[in-house]
Amino acid sequence: MVERRSTLGILAHAVMILGVLIVAFPLYIAFIASTHTSQAILQVPMPMSPGGHFWENYLAALNGHGGGAGSNAPVARMMWVSLVTALVITFGKIAISLLSAFALVYFRFPLRGLVFWAIFVTLMLPVEVRISPTYKVVSDLGMLNTYAGLTVPLIASATATFLFRQFFLTVPDELVEAARIDGAGPMRFFKDILLPLSKTSIAALFVIQFIYGWNQYLWPLIATTGEQMYPVVVGIRMMIAGGDSGNEWNIVMATAILAMLPPAIVVILMQRWFVKGLVDTEK
Amino acid sequence: MEKRVRFDSQVLPWMLVAPQLAICAVFFFWPAAQALLQSMQVQDSFGLSTEWVGLENFKTLFNDSAYLESFKVTAVFSLLVAVLGIALSLMLAIFADRIVRGALFYKTMLIIPYAVAPVVTGVLWVFMFSPSIGVVAYGLDHVFGFQWNHLLNSTHAMTMIVTAAVWKQISYNFLFFLAGLQSIPKSLIEAAAIDGARPWRRFWTIQFPLLSPTTFFLLVINMVYAFFDTFAIIDATTHGGPGRDTAILVYKVYQDGFKGGDLGGSAAQSTVLMLIVITLTVLQFRYVEKKVQY
Repeated sequence: MVERRSTLGILAHAVMILGVLIVAFPLYIAFIASTHTSQAILQVPMPMSPGGHFWENYLAALNGHGGGAGSNAPVARMMWVSLVTALVITFGKIAISLLSAFALVYFRFPLRGLVFWAIFVTLMLPVEVRISPTYKVVSDLGMLNTYAGLTVPLIASATATFLFRQFFLTVPDELVEAARIDGAGPMRFFKDILLPLSKTSIAALFVIQFIYGWNQYLWPLIATTGEQMYPVVVGIRMMIAGGDSGNEWNIVMATAILAMLPPAIVVILMQRWFVKGLVDTEK
Repeated sequence: MEKRVRFDSQVLPWMLVAPQLAICAVFFFWPAAQALLQSMQVQDSFGLSTEWVGLENFKTLFNDSAYLESFKVTAVFSLLVAVLGIALSLMLAIFADRIVRGALFYKTMLIIPYAVAPVVTGVLWVFMFSPSIGVVAYGLDHVFGFQWNHLLNSTHAMTMIVTAAVWKQISYNFLFFLAGLQSIPKSLIEAAAIDGARPWRRFWTIQFPLLSPTTFFLLVINMVYAFFDTFAIIDATTHGGPGRDTAILVYKVYQDGFKGGDLGGSAAQSTVLMLIVITLTVLQFRYVEKKVQY
């Protein structure tokens, strides 16, 4: 810093603390509510310090023993569905994009430009603009209420393909030449040289796509019809259908905390790659 | 940019792009083409016969006051989300950039909302703002004597979804601004300081102009976010109400097409949305091109 001013330093910390408080407030309220009985929460104003029903509430949520007026499906099953969905989407996207970026950068084949544009154009067609027809395709293929239906339509990713393409273009040509002289074919080069070099990009994409997959809402909402296949973000929405006093808010908030835990842990533990990946993918 | 050295093969590259192309074709192009087609057709209520009507659906759409109202709601909503979100995050990033001690802690706390699903954000907001049991509603009433009721008052409902959407997006904006600020050469700031420019002035004459590409980029990204990704927030909080005062375009497509069964009208709405995304994407790429010249 160019100059030291204690007043500005104090102001900076004050602003940051205020920002952190604003960000943390809803999370704090959710946590507090998840440790009380539902009666305690309905007594306005609700308590502002943790209560003693932590285990009770979380176990009730996980096993589906709540008595709210909305859905009371077991959250443990939903967490499992979310985890499988998010992981399949993440690894599927990374695998498919690595392969197509490799083909686009390292081969010359007819219609290459067209393929590039076909992938690129998908950026302009988010699920939201083609809800009904996509639903029809998936239901015709018999993929409603299956993991395939939840994941495959979301696996194509222009963003990931572009990130890998950008990265491959910066890999020195000498490596290809060296690999060729040593007699390595394209797939050998891909596996032994390109993949190890792409580790950082893959880690960054892992974080971004895992959160994307875990937090998907609209697609699972229309591609599933039974509680058995609800991811947790859809399940929690069904839970609050009981209305302000009909809901067991302690169970709902325990579910909210459970639903945000996995993506939050991934973001915090992989913060460095996440920030890099996010800033790099600015498509 | 192109590679000088390449592999020669006619079959292998097609096998490599096949999975991606297959998914794009089945789940992107085919449905999008269907949407375009349906937008020019009318189906009877049993789906037995379809009639070709050309641009009739679009005409109906733009004569529908509810649809025009939804356009207005979307414009207000996305502008508020973009402007407030950007201003708030920029302020936080500017101060975070000055801080050395505790920087990692602040940064970690500020990126947590990124991990929270929009629908979970919505659920938290419903809980906090509930007129009967919500902590925030209670606080507003007892501290300021302000009667909060987003179920009846559309300004309150709009405020609620805007704050939820902004809260969720702070992380993203903050990280981009921080990265942008840290890439500004320190020598520029030092030179200005030697010339006697105070921090406030340095911000407006050096940092803010140099951040303008980032700001523009974030403006587009935030518009896209407000247009599409906030569906879950609205579905969990206001359901487009009171009346239709918070029914943004995406929510209306879902309500009319998926819940209401008006395929032609919904497809026409989808087509309009597609045009909006294309415009925003093109804008975004203009930015990328400009940035490359730097």
